[in-house]
Amino acid sequence: MNYHWNWGIFLEQVKGGDETYLNWLFTGLGWTLAVAISAWLIALSIGIGIGTLRTAPNKGLAWFAATWVELFRNVPLLVQMFLWFFVVPELLPREWSLWVKQDLPAKEFITATLCLGLFTSARVAEQVRAGIQSLSRGQTMAGLAVGFTLTQTYRYVILPMAFRIIIPPLTSEFMNIFKNSSVAFAIGVMELTFQARQMQEDSEQGIETYLAVTVLYFICAFIANRGMAFLEQRTRVPGFIASAK
Amino acid sequence: MIEINNISKWYGQFQVLADCSTRIAKGEVVVVCGPSGSGKSTLIKCVNGLESFEQGDVIVDGTSVGSPTTILSKLRSRVGMVFQHFELFPHMSITENLTIGQIKVLGRSKDEALQRGLKLLDRVGLRSQAEKFPGQLSGGQQQRVAIARALAMDPICMLFDEPTSALDPEMINEVLDVMVELANEGMTMMVVTHEMGFARKVAHRVIFMDHGRIVEDATKDDFFGTPRSERAQLFLSKILSH
Ligand SMILES: Nc1ncnc2c1ncn2[C@@H]1O[C@H](COP(=O)(O)OP(=O)(O)OP(=O)(O)O)[C@@H](O)[C@H]1O
Ligand SMILES: [Mg+2]
Repeated sequence: MNYHWNWGIFLEQVKGGDETYLNWLFTGLGWTLAVAISAWLIALSIGIGIGTLRTAPNKGLAWFAATWVELFRNVPLLVQMFLWFFVVPELLPREWSLWVKQDLPAKEFITATLCLGLFTSARVAEQVRAGIQSLSRGQTMAGLAVGFTLTQTYRYVILPMAFRIIIPPLTSEFMNIFKNSSVAFAIGVMELTFQARQMQEDSEQGIETYLAVTVLYFICAFIANRGMAFLEQRTRVPGFIASAK
Repeated sequence: MIEINNISKWYGQFQVLADCSTRIAKGEVVVVCGPSGSGKSTLIKCVNGLESFEQGDVIVDGTSVGSPTTILSKLRSRVGMVFQHFELFPHMSITENLTIGQIKVLGRSKDEALQRGLKLLDRVGLRSQAEKFPGQLSGGQQQRVAIARALAMDPICMLFDEPTSALDPEMINEVLDVMVELANEGMTMMVVTHEMGFARKVAHRVIFMDHGRIVEDATKDDFFGTPRSERAQLFLSKILSH
């Protein structure tokens, strides 16, 4: 192999610009973090709501939540990305459609974040539902018997425990969202993968580029993992052994 | 205080409760016993509306449990309940377990709730455990905390669903002692239990259930002296023999 290694490439100026390739990658990293973290906030808030509704005594609400999950879980993320970007704006009323296409600021970023957030919300919802169902029915009864309403019982008794139980599977979802954010490149968000491709074409140093990008993704996922482990540790309940009831 | 009027309940085709009626007066202690699956838990949970029923009604201190206009959470906050498996809130310290209902449901101040909680912990002999978590206590201790949690709401009556049957034998008495004391203070109590020693000591009446029916509803002396039904006699001879 007579590949010309050049690890100094990252500090070189990009062609026809006054920034370095490293700048490009860091800009990309910034967008990746922005997409992943905003999408995670959407996924968590909607996922907790939908997952809770799946266990609701009201049949209509439970059905709505189940449909939500199936809808977002059964279509590939990339296809969903294209649907939100190309199809949904066409389906809006004429004026909104025009506004989205012409005036919506950071259109790619918003579309990608929304899409990734909703996609992940279905997966978070499934974890939340499993967490709630792993708790005994007796806990709900105990909450109600104290005089809590059903909402208060969820708020004070069920969800705090369910959340602790599902931290490990939620950790994988949180790590996934960083990795999945690379799909945003397909609709033109200038995130890490997008910038890597630019750099590869521009510099013709593909191997260094993708190795660097690999390391950056790895670091993101690793920090996400450690962050969740810290949370798990902080919320650990003294004397509690996950019981099988 | 508690009136159970002809209630019936079905799970599909299966009738769990068949036309059950009884009355529990203020200050009365009533023990409910009967074979497994006879509907004891279901009956006691109908009293505070944790289980619904299709026919009849339950009246607690003048409030109808079956009426759609009754705010069940309000009613439940006035009726204490103790479960077989304790059901303390595992992520809260013992103190929080005792105060959260007072604060969120009764609207008491944190301070007031804490004072009341600590007083009750004292009473069940667990003051020194206040800052621990449920998972760090023994079964008997957890059940005493559960009783204190119910008492913290200043209930007008107490329901117990087999409070000692999940406990190791050596812990049963520490829980029964608390219950006996409560009964002696005049608390209205409905207690599902097979602890006939407890029934003998403090019960005023004993209800015997079988196949969803109240087969016997007698004063303590009548029940232990001459139970009328054959089923109750058989049941008594079985549980008293060991
Ligand atoms: N959700 C349910 N669906 C169908 N059947 C049920 C349900 N819950 C309880 N049952 C049935 O109802 C009957 C009465 O149950 P219940 O728990 O009231 O009995 P119990 O007298 O408390 O028994 P144990 O001594 O075992 O606690 C049982 O035969 C039980 O199998
Ligand atoms: Mg039972």
